[in-house]
Amino acid sequence: MGEAVKPVIEVRNLDLDYEDYAVMRGLDFSVKKGEIFIVMGGSGCGKSTLLKVLIGLKEPAKGEVLYDGVNFWQQDEASQQKMMRRFGVLYQGGALWSSFTLGENIALPLQLYTGLSAGQIQEVVELKLALVGLSGYAGFYPSEISGGMCKRAALARAISLDPDIIFFDEPSAGLDPLSARMLDDLILQLKDTLGATIVVVTHELASIFAVGDNAALLDTESKSMIAIGNPNELLANSNDPRVIRFLTRGERQAAPAGKEFTR
Amino acid sequence: MPAKISFDYPISGTLRVKLSGDWQISAGIPSENEVISELAKNKATVQIVFDTSETGSWDSGLVSFLFHLIKDCESKNIQVSHQGLAQGVEKLLTLALKVHTRDIPPKGAAEPFLDRIADKVLQIYGGILSLLNFLGEVAIAFGRLIRGKAYFRRDEFIGIVQKCGANALWLVSLISILVGIILAFIGAIQLKLFGAQIFVADIVGIAMVRVMGAVMAAIIMAGRNGASFAAELGLMQVNEEIDAFKTMGISPVEFLVMPRVLALVIMMPLLTLYADFMGIAGGFLISTSVLELNPIEYWQHTQSAVRLSNLWVGLIHGFVFGIIIAVCGCMRGLQCERSAEGIGAATTSAVVSAITSIVIATAIITFICQVIGV
Repeated sequence: MGEAVKPVIEVRNLDLDYEDYAVMRGLDFSVKKGEIFIVMGGSGCGKSTLLKVLIGLKEPAKGEVLYDGVNFWQQDEASQQKMMRRFGVLYQGGALWSSFTLGENIALPLQLYTGLSAGQIQEVVELKLALVGLSGYAGFYPSEISGGMCKRAALARAISLDPDIIFFDEPSAGLDPLSARMLDDLILQLKDTLGATIVVVTHELASIFAVGDNAALLDTESKSMIAIGNPNELLANSNDPRVIRFLTRGERQAAPAGKEFTR
Repeated sequence: MPAKISFDYPISGTLRVKLSGDWQISAGIPSENEVISELAKNKATVQIVFDTSETGSWDSGLVSFLFHLIKDCESKNIQVSHQGLAQGVEKLLTLALKVHTRDIPPKGAAEPFLDRIADKVLQIYGGILSLLNFLGEVAIAFGRLIRGKAYFRRDEFIGIVQKCGANALWLVSLISILVGIILAFIGAIQLKLFGAQIFVADIVGIAMVRVMGAVMAAIIMAGRNGASFAAELGLMQVNEEIDAFKTMGISPVEFLVMPRVLALVIMMPLLTLYADFMGIAGGFLISTSVLELNPIEYWQHTQSAVRLSNLWVGLIHGFVFGIIIAVCGCMRGLQCERSAEGIGAATTSAVVSAITSIVIATAIITFICQVIGV
């Protein structure tokens, strides 16, 4: 395909603080349309803070976040809200609205932002629930279903408005290996079917290699991004021992590029 | 056998520490200070070795003893030989003594007194700003509601109205009747001295309708619904549900706070009216039975004493209290820290700030009424 793929998200010279404590300095990366971009790093490296900044919940200490060239944090609140409607977010714990049924959870954004009739909304809700394998659960409350199902229902809500960008916060946290795998497959399907750009914050290696087109590794000690690129290529080509250690769970230090690693 | 230490010097400059007995945390362990004071006696010591030939069972008590001893000796430049220590002890020590390079974020060290005062002042200032900010947001949301632009879930609103109104009736009845009875008794004791017991009717009627009905209903609602608003919204904050509203472009104030404020603003005056009635009924019952006043006379006195202006003052109290309770509850809930402790603090602070504000508001309204002569 000859056309150049434009970046959907651009992060420029971004500084992140947690309370008064500096966690990340001078972040620079961009995410292209339709790719799955992974933000990875050890616990406490600022992954979640970065996500909060990206989805518009927390103003960064310094720097810019651009969506299709528009600087998010320089817009007024109304424009910011408008931009946020293009996002779908899957929170770590699902964050379904507990006083609503699953159906109402998914229907609410549709009621607010589309001109669909009640009947049409019902149809869309059923479709979205079917996409995540929860047909027939529309009348259930979040407290009545398991954690894994809550997460899938939350994904159905996140994609209710067919968002351009979907953010995942630790999608496999608290899930058994099979459910985690299923969520990974769902992420890949969403990319193929909706053509959405997907940003995943995780430290789960299996997911990183399974779904990631590109990945940025944040490092706690240097408070900076120490690697960016396709995770498999990073593992094969990186000379940075920190990158190799992270991607091999510390089992390989820094071996020469291209060599198979043995236990 | 309890843990014990003893010392000897196999060669000069080397202190041998004999660790005998069972080194269990539950049984108590010797302090490493015993070794330190032994070192102080013999300043020429450059090395410590251990004799573990009589060491019985051990757990992290022994490791903790050794860990602190090694740290102390490090600062005194005395070598500590790990030889002779059990393999498990050795491994745990290596793990604990490993140097971590990550810098530790500053953790609130004890601040000087003036700093703490300044922090507190800034905190209060920040609190006032966030209150004004919140009131502004509520006002804007109300404006949108009037213009029909706000999203409003009728079913949920009705549910909240029911919780703030009908479900509170029993409690309001009980408290108001008792307050009416108390007022009647206190009044009767004083008025009996002058043979003017019938004026109990005036006291109960005016006090209940003008202020007590509203205040009692408000205190019940602050404890009941103000606290539940704070807990509900606080838990939503902890579960990231509030974040989910924000990222959907939905204002939590419009969606969650507005219906609660509106419900209480509608229900508080009605509850006030109800509490007034129950209070007067309580006073009537006790006056006509125990105090043996004439029922018809009592009724006529109540009718002539309680004027319409008193009722309006009472209803205005109720209206203002409704806003106060809802705003305190919802604001504390939305400001809740993301922990179980945070929800507890939010709930407590919602009730405390609501009741304090209710009393202050009562004083202000009473003063204004005095000035304008109502």
